[in-house]
Amino acid sequence: MKIRILFFGIAKDIVGHNNIIFDLDGIKTIGQFQVFLKEKYVDLKDINSFAFAVNEVYVTSDHQIKADDIIAVIPPVSGG
Amino acid sequence: MKNKISIKITTERLNMQVCYDLVNDDSSGGIALFVGTVRNITEGKTVNRLDFSSHESMAEKEIKKIALQTFKKYDIIKIAIHHALGELQIGDIPVIIAVSSAHRAAAFDACQYTIDTLKQTVPIWKKEHFDDGEVWVNAHP
Repeated sequence: MKIRILFFGIAKDIVGHNNIIFDLDGIKTIGQFQVFLKEKYVDLKDINSFAFAVNEVYVTSDHQIKADDIIAVIPPVSGG
Repeated sequence: MKNKISIKITTERLNMQVCYDLVNDDSSGGIALFVGTVRNITEGKTVNRLDFSSHESMAEKEIKKIALQTFKKYDIIKIAIHHALGELQIGDIPVIIAVSSAHRAAAFDACQYTIDTLKQTVPIWKKEHFDDGEVWVNAHP
């Protein structure tokens, strides 16, 4: 299952791209995706404090990932 | 509800008068404005400039949610929530919240609620630039 991932803020700096398509075979939930990302990019060590959005809506770690979803990796926000 | 809510995320300079005019209404008895400004010092260090970036389409949706919640919680007439993106210098304005209401308490409360919630939920990030480096604000717990 190929999924497009968007990176913002410090996550974009660490990963070096603002979007990447990953093959997420075997990854079913956002929680599992979080573990996958942390292993792939060790500098995302603070990722436990990150939020995730699927198709522009915040989701929790038990959210099931579907084909054609777009996942956004959302570091702690600092607008205003 | 459409002409009662103004949302803008822009690389252009924000304008207080525009926000005021957007919420001004014959039925309003007061308008509260919150204007965020870029501060020159963070934790004792001199800030040179800030860079704001965003997940823009999602940020617009999240701001709209806040506006709708604010209407549910407070007896207000109109609200404008404008946020700047890109490079901002000291004294520049990253955010303006304007709220009109028949009575002042609702405008003050709605303004406070809106900026507090925006800072918690809207996917916008700022990077502070110092002489000796740069920091993503709030990025490290």
